[in-house]
Amino acid sequence: MKKKDAFAQRKSHSEPGPGDGGRTGSWRVLRPILDPEKCIPAKTNKNACYACWIFCPDGVVTKTKLPVIDYEYCKGCGICAEECPAGAITMVEETLLIMEEEK
Amino acid sequence: MYIIESGNVAAAFGVKLAETAVIAAYPITPQTPVTEKLSELVDSGEMNAQYIPVESEHSALAVCIAASSTGSRTFTATSANGLLYMAEQLHWAAGARLPIVMCVVNRGIGAPWTVWNDHQDSISQRDAGWIQLYACDHQQIIDTVIKAYRLAETVSIPVMVCYDGYILSHTYMPFELPDVDTVRKFLPPYAPEYFLDPACPKNLNTVTLPDIRPDVRGDTAPGYMEIRHNLHTDMRRSLDVIIDIEKEFYDTFGRGGHPFIEPYRVNDADYVAVCMGSLSYHLRDVIDKLRNEGIAVGVAGLRVYRPFPDKAIADAFSHKKGLIVFEKALSYGNQGALFADIKAALYAKTDRPFVRNYILGLGGREIKTCELADALRDSCKPSSATTDRPEWIGLKM
Ligand code: SF4
Ligand code: SF4
Repeated sequence: MKKKDAFAQRKSHSEPGPGDGGRTGSWRVLRPILDPEKCIPAKTNKNACYACWIFCPDGVVTKTKLPVIDYEYCKGCGICAEECPAGAITMVEETLLIMEEEK
Repeated sequence: MYIIESGNVAAAFGVKLAETAVIAAYPITPQTPVTEKLSELVDSGEMNAQYIPVESEHSALAVCIAASSTGSRTFTATSANGLLYMAEQLHWAAGARLPIVMCVVNRGIGAPWTVWNDHQDSISQRDAGWIQLYACDHQQIIDTVIKAYRLAETVSIPVMVCYDGYILSHTYMPFELPDVDTVRKFLPPYAPEYFLDPACPKNLNTVTLPDIRPDVRGDTAPGYMEIRHNLHTDMRRSLDVIIDIEKEFYDTFGRGGHPFIEPYRVNDADYVAVCMGSLSYHLRDVIDKLRNEGIAVGVAGLRVYRPFPDKAIADAFSHKKGLIVFEKALSYGNQGALFADIKAALYAKTDRPFVRNYILGLGGREIKTCELADALRDSCKPSSATTDRPEWIGLKM
């Protein structure tokens, strides 16, 4: 059978990687903002806590001494803020931040 | 070799001959003996397959979906409410383009509770994206299971092999067991292009957004609508594949040869009774009787319901005077689903027969030969006209 006559040419098979679920950052209404003054590994300079990294359902938080959130794919669910034992993550209105950025 | 066995055992032997690798099923009357026979065959070592017992039909099909995704040939079977319990997974299997084969041992759906035969279970799932084949006797059950694997794996679409509960599933008939080596030649091992492999991780059927978007490499990935359009066009193209497979099966095994419509005394008939499953063989006796009375009637058994062979139907019947569609299922609030489909298939023909509809045998209500004869005597007249609502046979009220 010629390739162009093959059956099931359009299926949902993909390589796992950033963005396989689409640009989920565009779904975000609230943006998680991390405060380095309160974040345990940032404050203590120790590999500790990382609750945000482990709970983020989209795997967009790095396991670094200052955790970094990839806003391209962070969908703004707020789980990291809910789980953070130090109250270091605040969910801020995306519209307010955008308006500020555009000033 | 000919053996005498039940229709359910014929199905199980078809699965054995297909060398299916993974079987998962939950017992439900009248399907239970299929699963019992298969678990016996696996337990005794006669069949080299994994038999996975599950707690529900939803899980049975989920297991088949997972196993099929890893490139294994899979099988499940169910009936009635069990099929409906699978409904969500039915759509998944079709959208995922997995060539699962499932026997649906046709039974009425509760409420009220019934375990007896009609076709409401499979007909109600006609839009799930599965191919639906209907068998009329034990030989057709075993042959259709083998053909179903060949078809499913060629077109990457799951296939239901439907046969009448009790009437076929629990009765004993002689049938020929196809030879193992010949089946192996007809049905080569399943070798999918894509399958889950730990050495090369893949995402299957992750979320699609309303529009197309680039994949992780930046290539445009098909969206939901493209994937579903492809399922539909491949379903339509499967009609040609069914013709080819039927021909090859006939050339190899010397049986079958009717891909869509199995005719009996249709050629010189003015009127044709149309139905699916064992009823088309039951009707042959009625046809002989009416022929003796001088009524030019034949019967056509429809073997494939989805994809709907509309062109074959229009070509075969547009020049007839009348079609009488007998159905063991109903689209509630409208008419028989097959009746509506047949009328749609004939609509583009300027010179078309009248089409009438009879609903019968729901919940196993006995279908009497004399009632079939009366319905046909009443319908096979030049004065008959197309109806928009069905009449009922055997209703006691
Ligand atoms: S948990 Fe939710 S809000 Fe926090 S980084 Fe992950 S996606 Fe964004
Ligand atoms: S959960 Fe909070 S304290 Fe822990 S690493 Fe994340 S931001 Fe820092």
